[in-house]
Amino acid sequence: MDYGLVVLIEVLRAIAGLVLISIGLAIIFGMMRIVNIAHGEFLMLGGYTVVLSAKAGINTWVAMLVLAPLVVGLVGVAIERCFIRFLYGRMLDTLLATWGLSLFIVGFVTVVFGNTLEGVSVSVGSFEIGRFRVAGYSLFIILVGAVLLAATVAVLRFTRLGLIARGTMQNPNMAAALGLSPPRIYMVTFGIGAALTGLAGGVLAPITGVVPTMGIAFIAQAFITVITGGAAIVAGTGSASTLLGSVSQLTTFATTPVIGDVALLFIAVVLLRILPQGITGRFFRRSL
Amino acid sequence: MVPRFLLGTLATTAAGIAITILIPMVADAFEVMQYTLYVVLGIYTLSLAYIWGLGGILCFGQGAFFGLGGYTFAIAAINMNETTVPFLMAIFIAATVAAALGYFMFYGRLSDVYLGVVTLVFTLIIWKLINSTAGPEYMIGTARLGGFNGIPSVPPLNVPGDPSRMFDPVEVFYIAAFFLIATYLLLKFIQATRFGRLSVAVKENEVRASLLGYDVRMIKLLVFTIGGAIAGLGGALYAAYQSFIDPNAFSLEMSAKVLIWVMAGGVGTFVGPLLACFGLQALSIWISTVPWANSLLVLGGILCFVVLLLPKGLLPGLADLSTWLMARARRRTPPEVILPAPEGKRA
Repeated sequence: MDYGLVVLIEVLRAIAGLVLISIGLAIIFGMMRIVNIAHGEFLMLGGYTVVLSAKAGINTWVAMLVLAPLVVGLVGVAIERCFIRFLYGRMLDTLLATWGLSLFIVGFVTVVFGNTLEGVSVSVGSFEIGRFRVAGYSLFIILVGAVLLAATVAVLRFTRLGLIARGTMQNPNMAAALGLSPPRIYMVTFGIGAALTGLAGGVLAPITGVVPTMGIAFIAQAFITVITGGAAIVAGTGSASTLLGSVSQLTTFATTPVIGDVALLFIAVVLLRILPQGITGRFFRRSL
Repeated sequence: MVPRFLLGTLATTAAGIAITILIPMVADAFEVMQYTLYVVLGIYTLSLAYIWGLGGILCFGQGAFFGLGGYTFAIAAINMNETTVPFLMAIFIAATVAAALGYFMFYGRLSDVYLGVVTLVFTLIIWKLINSTAGPEYMIGTARLGGFNGIPSVPPLNVPGDPSRMFDPVEVFYIAAFFLIATYLLLKFIQATRFGRLSVAVKENEVRASLLGYDVRMIKLLVFTIGGAIAGLGGALYAAYQSFIDPNAFSLEMSAKVLIWVMAGGVGTFVGPLLACFGLQALSIWISTVPWANSLLVLGGILCFVVLLLPKGLLPGLADLSTWLMARARRRTPPEVILPAPEGKRA
């Protein structure tokens, strides 16, 4: 019973982890159709923001929840202005350019901060369930994941900004005819996607540690989750995270983390063979 | 058209053979070994130049097949104490895995971008998997997988049928060069066959090709499998010439490098990517001797630069530039005869 509860918490944490690393990509890739290979590097930059702020004596929670999204969001806007805006509609080229960008950022951070593992510690303690001990930070990650999903739904569905963003992605010419400026909306949307990714990087930094090459560890899972999710951003990310997170975490419990990763890929490839449009291409079609 | 097509191929082949014969004459054994690396990477480059340039398949994980070829060769050669069968096995395994992955991707009708991402993820997962096999319990036969340390002391290539007679480094260079030229000729031949033209048709317009009654999925699967086999060949030679293979073959950098070479050299050509491969590999070896620079930084910069400013690649880009300059010169000529421009302005 106790063990079941611990497994449940760990599965939920895995799901929330997938939500965190892929929600920003769902906006940039799922909504804007920009294949952002530098996504993992956005996470890494979020992590570095937290590490550097902690060294500078700033409260870790402020660094994590405010500074990381702010810094990475600004970096995202700068990247959108310098690179991405020339490449809208050229999907394969965005893929190549952001891959170059990804390598460039990894190289740059390695040159500046060195290829060493930086850590950051948070004190939330742990609690006991029967004979088992569970880290309080797991609950925090689950909470952040749930809040992020809810907030994204709320913004997209109930705010003017969300409506404008969704409309512009569907038909930029129509949006322009209605007096909006699609380039500006693209810029803001990309920035928000980057900011969410920075937040995720900051929140995950205490458990993963921060190295210049840490992006590689996430990029595969993030893309697999978004692709498996399909067209709908929130429903897709949520359902794919739930499915893939449960499978990989339960496999991890039964075997090793690496086999868990392999199981995740295997399920995703088989799923794409059956549902080429992703989960939301077949189910929950009218959701966000 | 046909004679000209043949002429270019023959000229390239002749140049390749001439360089192959020349290098061991002017370079010492150590330098020849370094040149072997370039030749091996050249074979790897051709594999992507083929599937991307003629098949329109943008594979982000070509390193997976290169690494699989290398690992298969290493494991089989250590177990058999012989290298001819392992060499063939390496090609076969890489092709089989490519076929299996290709089946899921092409018969699932994944679009270009998803395909790129799935191949990328595939490589990353293999990379993780191999990296985690450091413990002594991970053995295949008598070969230890060694995790991130890689597999050392892979047996060198021997004369087929006579395991006691090994090839020396210069002979290995000749063998690698032979395979590079043979691969080039094979791909040129495929390009000229009906199947080659079909794959180009699929690349240009998939819907039209399938409406004309061709099985697009099958054609792409075949192209992808051939590409996997060639990458496996390159991987086997890679493991054999340096008698070592490690998980870096599966790393993102390995897959990114080849993509940059093909892209920079020009998608759709074979010689362009090869030249880009030799040039940029020399550049990144030189960069690794410069203390402040970082090869990832430069590779990433080059990739961004090429995508933004030279989207067709170096060779086609230069060709475009020269036609443009010629057209411009032709248009300019008549006024210049009447009213010559000042020297300073022409430059």
